[in-house]
Amino acid sequence: MRNRLLFSLQLGFTLLVCAFLIVPVVLSILAGLTVNYFVGLESGLTLRWVIAVWDGYRDTIFLSIGISLACLALTLVLGIPTAYVLAKRQSALSRAIEELLVMPVAVPGLATALALIVTYGSLQGFRTSWTFILVGHVLFTLPFMVRSVLAVLMAIDLKTLEEGAASLGAGFWRRFRDIVLPNCRAGILAGSLMVVTLSMGEFNMTWLLHTPLTKTLPVGLADAYASLRLEIGSAYTLVFFLMIMPLLIALQLFAQPRLEKFVAEDDKND
Amino acid sequence: MTETNAPLAITLRNCAKTFADGTRALEPLNLAIDAGETVVFLGPSGCGKTTTLRIIAGLEEPDAGGAVLFDGTDVTALPIERRNVGMVFQSYALFPNMSVAENIGYGLKIRRMPAAQIRARVAEMLGMMRIEKLADRRIDQLSGGQRQRVALARALAVRPRALLLDEPLTALDAKLRDTLRLEIDTLLRSLQITAIYVTHDQAEAMALGDRIVVMEHGRVAQIGSPREIYQKPASRFVAEFIGTMNRLTGRAENGVFSCRAGRIAWADLPAHATEILFRPEDIRLAETPEQASLRGQVAAAFFLGDRTRLFVDVGEAQPLVVESAARRDFSHGEAVGLTIDPRGLLVL
Repeated sequence: MRNRLLFSLQLGFTLLVCAFLIVPVVLSILAGLTVNYFVGLESGLTLRWVIAVWDGYRDTIFLSIGISLACLALTLVLGIPTAYVLAKRQSALSRAIEELLVMPVAVPGLATALALIVTYGSLQGFRTSWTFILVGHVLFTLPFMVRSVLAVLMAIDLKTLEEGAASLGAGFWRRFRDIVLPNCRAGILAGSLMVVTLSMGEFNMTWLLHTPLTKTLPVGLADAYASLRLEIGSAYTLVFFLMIMPLLIALQLFAQPRLEKFVAEDDKND
Repeated sequence: MTETNAPLAITLRNCAKTFADGTRALEPLNLAIDAGETVVFLGPSGCGKTTTLRIIAGLEEPDAGGAVLFDGTDVTALPIERRNVGMVFQSYALFPNMSVAENIGYGLKIRRMPAAQIRARVAEMLGMMRIEKLADRRIDQLSGGQRQRVALARALAVRPRALLLDEPLTALDAKLRDTLRLEIDTLLRSLQITAIYVTHDQAEAMALGDRIVVMEHGRVAQIGSPREIYQKPASRFVAEFIGTMNRLTGRAENGVFSCRAGRIAWADLPAHATEILFRPEDIRLAETPEQASLRGQVAAAFFLGDRTRLFVDVGEAQPLVVESAARRDFSHGEAVGLTIDPRGLLVL
């Protein structure tokens, strides 16, 4: 009896927290679909605002997707080798580098952005290009990639695995491809998810780094809320969701096949 | 095709190893390993045995001046991936991202063997190690003994010129160790491959080695057949590291060794001897304690089934270990007489 009461209380609390988080989302989505938010739902539902956002801010959406994927590519290319070297060299220097890498996360994004502008602001072609924002995003997201790959690499006996592969005739690149990469796949996936979502939603730094021609989705969203009708802002949020959700699900699915195989073989074992 | 390439003769010339922090892991070592021979490196941890193996494998480079020769060819500069040696690691080093069959076939894939031939060779190895049913398993679904068999199959699949084993049985429980030790022994004999086996377990070394290299503090303490190492140890360290050694302290006079427990007549007794050593099998309980030349009291007795292991107090720091096949119990403090076979006596 007491257990059931406890269970009910826990369930109630969980639902309450969920509601606290989900209700604003639902309200926001509804706001983006109602004809007039101040009148309420009885004013009717419409796709007008969504279409308006699509017409006005389409570019920001594509730019955000482009930047986050470019950011992912760069953090993969830079982060995996970095994590690999850090995992293999257990020296005081490598520990120091590991700590330094986290600095861009600890330092406020605004400060990093200002530093970038002060340093590279005079390079006109670079300053006005989307790659300027990309640099900021890479700085900010790289530690997340390095950390998650490093955590996985530290958990496996990398040195012996590589020695095993070498004893069978595998040279460095072969070992890296056949042994290192597949065995830190989980870390790479976790890092990738983190990098894409962080880059997609990054506002702090981007707010300073963008130009009128290089607005990303969150910057556009702030614009829309600040200068246009609430319905447009909300519709924008809705579009944001629609864009980012499939991307995240796709990334998750990327990890899926292996997981299914794992479960199936475990079952066979029983 | 033969099971392996022609067996390899390995020569170590002046191989020393000093680590970056200045620790001397291995003093300059000269050693010739014959083709087809099984050599066991034996010693406590930190004695340099694993370092020696890793130098032979190509995982460590010897200090300047050292050289590793395979069949007379200097391979010191070749990394492990170009030495064609099979290696079995203490932690097995099986690839978690591959199935058992993929692990075994990995070295063949690297050698660009056609897929059909790889499949055939993998099946052959699985059969040889009697693990056919495990072919599609993931590594994390295997027991320790199964992992060890996969590791052996993987190392042998590529027909290596030599097989290097680094404490391969250490991670297993005692019973499994015995079974696998026998299997490895049978395997090495049937393959006639040059094998180098590193262990800290003297029973493993005695069972597997054609020759044993006993090491201590980065130096070779003795090289010899298991029988030589056991019966004619070159130093106190070797004598005490391998098997059980009894010790009596005293004084030598005219071929008679006098100690607290009594007197031992030994024609070959060196005049300066102050200590004599012997194995438990060279000392027996006397039938008539009163007339025995050595006497002591039973300090402890352990019934082992086929025999009783007695610890006999003879007034020395350590009691003597004596084994008796007598069908009776021994009581604590019981007076016993002892006879020693002089052929088993040693002075070091």
